[in-house]
Amino acid sequence: MDYILAGISVGGQYALIAIGYTMVYGILRLINFAHGDVFMVAGLIMIYATTAMPLYLSIPLVLIITVLVGFTIERVAYKPLRTAPRMSVMISAIGVSYMLQNVALYITGGLAKTYPAIPFLSDTVTIFGATTKWVTVITPVLTIILIIALVLLIRFTKIGIAMRAVSKDFETSQLMGVKINRVISVTFIIGSLLAAVGSILYFANYPSVVPTSGAMPGLKSFVAAVFGGIGSIPGAVIGAFIIGICENLIRSLSIGGVSLTPFSDAFTFALLIVILCVRPSGLFGEKTIDKV
Amino acid sequence: MKKILAIVLCLAMLCGCLAGCGEGDTAGGDKVIKIGIFEPASGANGAGGKQETLGIKYAHSIQPTVTIGGETYEIELVEVDNQSADDKAVTAAAELVNKGVSVVLGSYGSSVSIAASPTFEEAGIPAIGVTCTNTQVTEGNQHYFRICFLDPFQGSVLAKYAWDNGIKTAYTLAELGNAYDLGLASSFKDAFEKLGGKVIAENFPTNQADFTSYITNAKKAGAEAIFAPTSTTYAQLIIEAAATQDANMPLYAGDTWDSNVILDAAKGKNVTINVTTFYQEGGNAEYDKGFKDWINSDPQNLTNNGGNDIVAAVSAMGYDAYFVALEAIKAAGSGDAAKIKEALWNVDYTGVTGQIKFDSVNGDAQRSVAYIKAADTATGAWKFVKEQGV
Amino acid sequence: MKSLLITNQQKAKKINTYTNIVLFVALLAVLVVIDMTSNSFDMIVKVLQKGCVYAIVAVSMNLLNGFTGLFSLGQAGFMLIGAYVFSIFSVKDANRATVFSFSGEPLVDFELPLIVAIVLAGIVAAIFAFLIGLPVLKLKSDYLAIATLGFAEILRTIIQWDKLGRLTNGSFPISKLNSFKDLLKDTPFDKLSYVIPFFLVALVCIGFIALLIKSTYGRAFKAIRDDEVAAEAMGINLAKHKMISFVTSSFFAGIGGAMYAVYVGSTNAAPFTSALTYEILLIVVIGGIGSLSGSILASFLYIASQEWWLRGLDSGEFMGLRLPLFRNGFRLVVFSVIIMIFVLFFRKGIMGDKEFSPVGLFNGIVSLPKNIAAKFNKKSKKSTKAEVTE
Repeated sequence: MDYILAGISVGGQYALIAIGYTMVYGILRLINFAHGDVFMVAGLIMIYATTAMPLYLSIPLVLIITVLVGFTIERVAYKPLRTAPRMSVMISAIGVSYMLQNVALYITGGLAKTYPAIPFLSDTVTIFGATTKWVTVITPVLTIILIIALVLLIRFTKIGIAMRAVSKDFETSQLMGVKINRVISVTFIIGSLLAAVGSILYFANYPSVVPTSGAMPGLKSFVAAVFGGIGSIPGAVIGAFIIGICENLIRSLSIGGVSLTPFSDAFTFALLIVILCVRPSGLFGEKTIDKV
Repeated sequence: MKKILAIVLCLAMLCGCLAGCGEGDTAGGDKVIKIGIFEPASGANGAGGKQETLGIKYAHSIQPTVTIGGETYEIELVEVDNQSADDKAVTAAAELVNKGVSVVLGSYGSSVSIAASPTFEEAGIPAIGVTCTNTQVTEGNQHYFRICFLDPFQGSVLAKYAWDNGIKTAYTLAELGNAYDLGLASSFKDAFEKLGGKVIAENFPTNQADFTSYITNAKKAGAEAIFAPTSTTYAQLIIEAAATQDANMPLYAGDTWDSNVILDAAKGKNVTINVTTFYQEGGNAEYDKGFKDWINSDPQNLTNNGGNDIVAAVSAMGYDAYFVALEAIKAAGSGDAAKIKEALWNVDYTGVTGQIKFDSVNGDAQRSVAYIKAADTATGAWKFVKEQGV
Repeated sequence: MKSLLITNQQKAKKINTYTNIVLFVALLAVLVVIDMTSNSFDMIVKVLQKGCVYAIVAVSMNLLNGFTGLFSLGQAGFMLIGAYVFSIFSVKDANRATVFSFSGEPLVDFELPLIVAIVLAGIVAAIFAFLIGLPVLKLKSDYLAIATLGFAEILRTIIQWDKLGRLTNGSFPISKLNSFKDLLKDTPFDKLSYVIPFFLVALVCIGFIALLIKSTYGRAFKAIRDDEVAAEAMGINLAKHKMISFVTSSFFAGIGGAMYAVYVGSTNAAPFTSALTYEILLIVVIGGIGSLSGSILASFLYIASQEWWLRGLDSGEFMGLRLPLFRNGFRLVVFSVIIMIFVLFFRKGIMGDKEFSPVGLFNGIVSLPKNIAAKFNKKSKKSTKAEVTE
């Protein structure tokens, strides 16, 4: 039970990050390597913000600044490369990720920063005989609420329709009068916002931020997005929960007395490779056909 | 356009080469002896490295000169950052050598010391390991000395301590790929099993943040104590996870946990933390006061010490290492690296962390006791528990 | 290698060939002089050694990413295999027991000659590449990238696994490795054991890759890069050629890994993370995707500036300037900014997809003023245009 509870909680946090990956990929066909680092930056901003102001101010501030960071990254590092080959954009994403980590390293001086305790979220609670923090319980609920809101947004608003059009066919939708740049910016804004929320939940649970904190959750969320079928929001969410639960379960397993705990990360990647080889479009992804 | 850039860069490279060649000659002034500080200031071990450097710098501020044969020599400290990375350690070491240091102090973290060792050996410069506890650092080396105890010793000390406290089953948690963690964990296991206890050993992958399931594993296995000799980054998370889940098991760890980070993380939480360490704050009142005053005199020092003036054991070790180096320089009667290397074998110095005397095989300090401390979660300070031998 | 020219004019070709031979001999002479006059611990030696290692890996990555259009991020994984295979077979007999003291009796209890161990490292990496390539090479661009990245991470975990400790020493470093210095001791080449061996290994590896690219295989690779479907229609066996490129690239990455171990003098799995792959990838980008000489040039520039010239940015003094901004970590910030500038504004890197040629260099210098003027004109035109559209 403990394992599943931990898995659901971490899965919810992955889900919030995974949506950012899946939306950007759906529209730009770009693996936004910097997304995990945006998540880390949100954590750092929170730490610095709380030293200067009370929580009810710093949380909105974190959301706003993170969104700005995401928006700026898109404008500065991806927009000029819109016509460039895909590999260049991806390299640019890796460059941004490298830069964010180095700037974080410079500012923090390489020391692990302790995330502030958030009242209520950080308090402990006992459910089903497992002791945990409130945040563990709240994460999946909050995740699902946010996802429903997002799905509604994409279904029924004008910008949502535009987003779906762009992800179906970039050029045609441009010809149809969709303002591509605006759609892409909105995508990045939503992605960063969810990453910021995810970061608050994640670091409330695991309160230590180092410059590389974003790398692992980022990669795993990406795997979740691929697992669920990249471009599909419900797919990403389900993929994230599955990965969260699996990686916690694997820590409880041992085969013939040999503990499998060291392989919890390796397992995630193995899963990714199997999925890519067996069903590259993921659980819910659409099949793509190469046109010559 | 690209070609122009290429040319400019080539020219820059050439200039750099020339400049680099020029630098080498200026090393070694008349009345100056250079001591190299080979410590990480960034990377996984950045926090510890900075505290160790502080100890060395404090010692330097107290005794910035050395008198040899009636003449006073100025001691100059040369710092490099080895970034806690093996490949960077090689060039960092080369940088120290090129700047003409006579003796090197460091590093915090063993693998960087192992990587830098051949460079120092070829240059004929002796190095004094301050808190690198892995056996491979000094084994078979005639130029690498060390003033701290070794992993097997520390592991056995904690095993004995746990056993004496009535623990029968222990759970060890170490970072995969970290020689320090696994070295301590495996020697703890050996010693503890020899005493008759049972050990469940598990490892976690690098960059792990979620320790919930590991604590659950420990509980399931019926462990009465957790031995987690990890770096401070993970320590914070492990403490948090143990406290959240009400694990109710004491956490044991090695010298890395002797840090303010741990105190901050444990403050106000329901956890018991015991660590072995090189030095006990309060062990030498004069040193403590001096160090605190010095730390508080400069905001930069305060930041490097983690924001408060708690005396870390690694700082005390750095302090002692500096004076061991001075002793060797005095005994050698010059700033010549080769002579210092010979002199180091016979140094017998009693510092704030106890007597330091090197054995004649590997040049390891002979230490028979470690200090055990406990974190006081109410006040956020360390409490001395006892001196523990094997 | 430098004789790889792309120019149509016969005469220019001839001049290029001669000049290249002259340049090559001159370079060799310079390196011999450096080796004769320097110590093994001089910065220039360390930088050239590391530059050679990175050049091998960067060129091997360029073969895959630049010439075949396969975006693979598994380079660090294959280097890891290479480094470990080399290390396992190169621990000195006398030190083996102490190196493996934590892991039990080593499974491999003999050492291989240095060169044999290096080649073996490449072969094992190539075998792994073949096995990994079977499933993943079918994947499309970014999926391939992420799958190879995943494999590199899995390999790292397996190598560090304590159950394999008797083979890989688990998480503990393998030190006391054979080096070129030991190999060339007591031979007439004793003094040439620093840079020259690294240079020769790099020369052979890069030379082989250059020849491969010039062959029919190379043309097939380029065809696949430019248009997979068209290449297949022309009768090129996609699976076979992709596999050849992948295996060859990994073979040299394995050799690069082995050389990395020779350079550091000890091996542990920690440095071979995805960060290392990114580093190599950025070198390839800076040098120019699709240009071997660009990769080589960029490797040396990158290593020299990172390890040597820009160190001042970290220690507080750079080019005579002393700013509080210059503290630990600043060098890396400057570095990432430079990289972003390359990625955004000089997308083709230093060399584009051209190769080094003296005639081209000369023409470049001659047309320098014209090009700069053109650049400015273009810029002003662009900006006016942009204003209009906004």
